[in-house]
Amino acid sequence: MAATLRRFFDSDLWWSFTRSPVTMLSAVVALICILGALFAPWLAPHNPFDLASLNLLDAFKPPSWTEEGEAQYLLGTDDQGRDVLSAIMYGARVSLLVGLSATIFATTLGVTLGLLAGYLGGKLDALLMRICDVQLTFPSILVALLIDGVVRAALPREVHDQIALFVVIFAIGISEWPKFARTVRGSTMVERNKEYVQAARVIGVSPPRIMLSHVLPNVMGPVLVIATLNLGLAILSEATLSFLGVGVPATQPSLGTLIRIGNDFLFSGEWWITIFPGITLIAMVLSVNLLGDWLRDALNPKLR
Amino acid sequence: MSDTPMLELCDAARYFDVSRPALQRLIAGEGKRILRAVDGVNLSVPKGTTLSLVGESGCGKSTVARLAVGLYRPSAGQVVFDGRDLAEARAASDQRRRMQMIFQDPYASLNPRWRVRDIVAEPMRAFGLLPNRAAEEARVAELLTQVGLSPLDGHKFPHEFSGGQRQRISIARALSSNPEFLVCDEPTSALDVSVQAQILNLMKELQSRMGLTYLFISHNLAVVRQVSDRIGVMYLGRIAELAPAESLFRRPRHPYTRALMEAIPDLDMTGRVRIPVGGEVPSPITPPTGCAFHPRCSLAGPRCKAERPELKPAGDAMVACHAVEEGRD
Repeated sequence: MAATLRRFFDSDLWWSFTRSPVTMLSAVVALICILGALFAPWLAPHNPFDLASLNLLDAFKPPSWTEEGEAQYLLGTDDQGRDVLSAIMYGARVSLLVGLSATIFATTLGVTLGLLAGYLGGKLDALLMRICDVQLTFPSILVALLIDGVVRAALPREVHDQIALFVVIFAIGISEWPKFARTVRGSTMVERNKEYVQAARVIGVSPPRIMLSHVLPNVMGPVLVIATLNLGLAILSEATLSFLGVGVPATQPSLGTLIRIGNDFLFSGEWWITIFPGITLIAMVLSVNLLGDWLRDALNPKLR
Repeated sequence: MSDTPMLELCDAARYFDVSRPALQRLIAGEGKRILRAVDGVNLSVPKGTTLSLVGESGCGKSTVARLAVGLYRPSAGQVVFDGRDLAEARAASDQRRRMQMIFQDPYASLNPRWRVRDIVAEPMRAFGLLPNRAAEEARVAELLTQVGLSPLDGHKFPHEFSGGQRQRISIARALSSNPEFLVCDEPTSALDVSVQAQILNLMKELQSRMGLTYLFISHNLAVVRQVSDRIGVMYLGRIAELAPAESLFRRPRHPYTRALMEAIPDLDMTGRVRIPVGGEVPSPITPPTGCAFHPRCSLAGPRCKAERPELKPAGDAMVACHAVEEGRD
């Protein structure tokens, strides 16, 4: 373990990390967001789901640094007297969960299909790429809306509420896979004709092994970058869906839900209810994207 | 050692379909376009010897190399490896182990994400030749030393090496499965002249030490002269002349071989007027009728336009030329 850690701190990756202040800042911001979301039940000052602890008299308290603010509600409270900071921490949990799962789902699906299409070619390739083409003509949020709508209409309400989270993950994941498939297919077609792949074929290494051990590591660079950028996008998609009221169920509010709810009070002057979830969303997405950007440069052996 | 040749090509051919997509073809009203990269090649490589193939770009040398290791299947004819059909032999891993290939571009032939020791060990792992990690490490070190690198280089990545060093790594990988037959597809053409000599000497030394058989592809006559026992001159997917190395250089018979020899820079010939070969290499999609070389040949007659010449013995060589056969040269 100690040796692994030492190797990591000696690596080029760590070196390039310490040379980039922007990256270090994004890492700190991303880490705060992730840790805050992950440990919300222990870190959050209040539990927004605990109805007994809510006091309607505390409703619409502004942030603590303003005149009417109270120290125990750092970012103010909403119309029910819920602490906004705590709601954000619990909401970011849902946002991150959906974003990560959707990205992992889209990456796995896209990379697998892209590898198969690029390496095997022929009819399979043509079929998969036409599906990609068709799907890319729609905005991905529309595809997600469509899937969500179909599931909503097909299933009774109680069932839907139970699986709503998975539906959102599936919908966002399905709407993003063509990007991965296209990128991986393109790089795979370049790599499969390179001589190191032919050398493996001369030895008689089986196609699945060649795809996994030779081609995959060489096409993963761009995938990693798209995946991190996509993580930001997926979080945004989820927020958009929730903002429109079709995303995660109302019992599990995400950042998007918080923004939607807060939006109703914006004109009456209670700006903190919607602005702080918004800022959190922006900080989370931006820091993740900047990290992805840095990762692309740092992992490219030709740029070292 | 038996008399069975290591590799035999019997009328082997490889065609590629380079047609445009079906719909476009239909609109333009044109038929399929077939590229005859290799069009009926006969040759055999006896064990322990080197056969070289030379020719201009696009004459089908590399396709022959890929046919010889089974990367392509022949469209017609047969490839025989040590007395067995190649496809059948390649189905058995103990036969597949006996053949290896060295590639032209040392920058593309090594996986950039793998460490050198993994690259060199890959064939051994694929064939399960070594019982454990320690034996593998020892063998990789031995192989790297054999090709003139340091055993410590195994921990590095390919991008840390020069072109010549990478080609040595390629050779080490090819040798790691103890092959008997190596197909070398222009192994030196991407290298500096000084490095070329080192690699060629290394390959010759390995051949004499391990009794390797080489099928050597090159477009460089000087390189070919240094390594070959026999040389085949290819033109547009067919063999024009097949002769022992020295005899080919001393007395080239086919008009195309002579034209190639003419093109070699030579101090003795300073000031002499050279006769260049006129014209371009014809397209292998629409090859000329009869002898493919007749549009550029000074000896071409009516028979050359009509009838395709076969390889026939002429002295100690085999020549595919009507003029040579008729004694018109």
